[in-house]
Amino acid sequence: MPKTIQEINEKIKKGEAVVLTAEEIIDFVAEEGVKKAAQKVDVVTTGTFGPMCSSGAFFNVGHTRPRIKLGGGKVHLNDVPAYAGLAAADFYLGATALPEEDPRNSVFPGRFEYGGGNVIEDLVAGKDVRLSVQAYGTDCYPKKRLETWVSLKEMNEAVLFNPRNAYQNYNVAVNISDKVIYTYMGMLLPNLGNATYSSAGQLSPLLNDPEYRTIGIGTRIFLGGGVGYVVWNGTQHNPTVLRGENHVPYRPAGTLTVLGDLKGMNSHWLRGASFIGYGCTLAVGIGIPIPILDEEVLRATSVKDSEIVAPVVDYSQAYPQRESDILSEVTYAQLRSGTIELRGKKIPTGGFSSYFKAREIALLLKSWIKESKFILTESVATLPDSKSGVNLKPLQERPLQ
Amino acid sequence: MAKRKLLLTFPNNLIDQPITYHLVKDYDLELNILRARVTPKEEGRLIVELKGKKEKLKLGEEFLKGLGVKVEPLALDVAFFEDRCTQCTACSGVCRSGAITVDRKKMKIVFEKDKCIACELCVTMCPFRAVEITF
Ligand code: SF4
Ligand code: SF4
Repeated sequence: MPKTIQEINEKIKKGEAVVLTAEEIIDFVAEEGVKKAAQKVDVVTTGTFGPMCSSGAFFNVGHTRPRIKLGGGKVHLNDVPAYAGLAAADFYLGATALPEEDPRNSVFPGRFEYGGGNVIEDLVAGKDVRLSVQAYGTDCYPKKRLETWVSLKEMNEAVLFNPRNAYQNYNVAVNISDKVIYTYMGMLLPNLGNATYSSAGQLSPLLNDPEYRTIGIGTRIFLGGGVGYVVWNGTQHNPTVLRGENHVPYRPAGTLTVLGDLKGMNSHWLRGASFIGYGCTLAVGIGIPIPILDEEVLRATSVKDSEIVAPVVDYSQAYPQRESDILSEVTYAQLRSGTIELRGKKIPTGGFSSYFKAREIALLLKSWIKESKFILTESVATLPDSKSGVNLKPLQERPLQ
Repeated sequence: MAKRKLLLTFPNNLIDQPITYHLVKDYDLELNILRARVTPKEEGRLIVELKGKKEKLKLGEEFLKGLGVKVEPLALDVAFFEDRCTQCTACSGVCRSGAITVDRKKMKIVFEKDKCIACELCVTMCPFRAVEITF
């Protein structure tokens, strides 16, 4: 018999909800069968922790005396530029922002020691950061220069707002050229020297709800160690890609825009990261609860790594040239075993998404729900699914004359 | 048989000397060169594994020091910072010597110092600066 989210929430409030992680549910379903498991289990928790470049935070730092207009001026936090095209005391800091004086790739490969993601980690860790502002001055905002220490707790608002997180599946990166390359999938050694991947597979939120039946706009989630919400589909949301019989996409597909109060987060789950030769980013921890409304929802959560397929893409030629060639397909079971086979060669694999931390997040969210500290929400609108016709368009350049 | 992994730094006046030959010949040591490079300052750096009798190893090291070669034990130079490590496993895929493996049950990395050849690939790979090698 189908359950509703209200019924599940009643059980959570009474401390009676049966909660399993997306890993634990696999064996449970194998033992009990889908029908019984769907009756017994109320919530399945998922988790993921990995570098997610489309991340950042909005801040309001309050007004100085005399007042200064940040909007339209230049704002830096620890020398990292923030976007200030907003009202007087608001700005947005993106995870990939770099100080102007960072040498970038002029000495190749650049090291990208400190960027926006690191500033966010420092703030969340409670550290003071240096706020510097250059403003143009107006009658109502006369001050033109500001140099001060600020910390998260002094700010009015600090909201993590990530326009593209929690990718539903991702490419496996390899290098078929004869030179080392440095990419957002890490250093790739020549002649298929290594392969990197970045998904928590069977623990990953959207791989456990492949058609977005329960994860939608308004879904309350674990975000960076605190509480957040899904507020939209993510940018590049691409639900219409090739899918398996289990509806699980074989290619990078859905994405989420997520938001949450940075002040409630923890630097254990929000970490600045540097990819040599590529840039800075932020590793984000996300956990999403899936209410077991019926057997179909339950079956989807029991997906295992051996049933999730990812495309192997060459990052020396195919990816940079936006060619659609795929060298092969592998499962997350193969990827997590430590080697995949390609062109008769055994290739060592390494991840960027931490399965260890994904598991920790799923377990933490499970404990929050079991202890009635986390109540589920009903989404207010659904995300575009595989039948929506929504797909990812390339940019067709149009010459200027 | 004893084993020592050493970082040898040669001043430029010693670069073209047959030092390794003497180690093998005069001290009866088995010598395995793990890495070699000449730095821009024209210093030579060799990472070697020496195998041989304990006393001969000691004498061999003395011989090197006597010539003006800087001799440093290597294993001390690779450090993993557990608190910065996210257990992403990226480093394990580039470690050729088998020093970094993954406990597949826990999905945590395992580092075996004595297998490390200080190639630095893991340092380049790690996005969280959780491994450092200091020369
Ligand atoms: S320095 Fe090289 S050999 Fe040592 S652990 Fe790192 S990758 Fe492995
Ligand atoms: S690459 Fe860095 S963070 Fe990832 S497992 Fe290795 S040491 Fe840890």
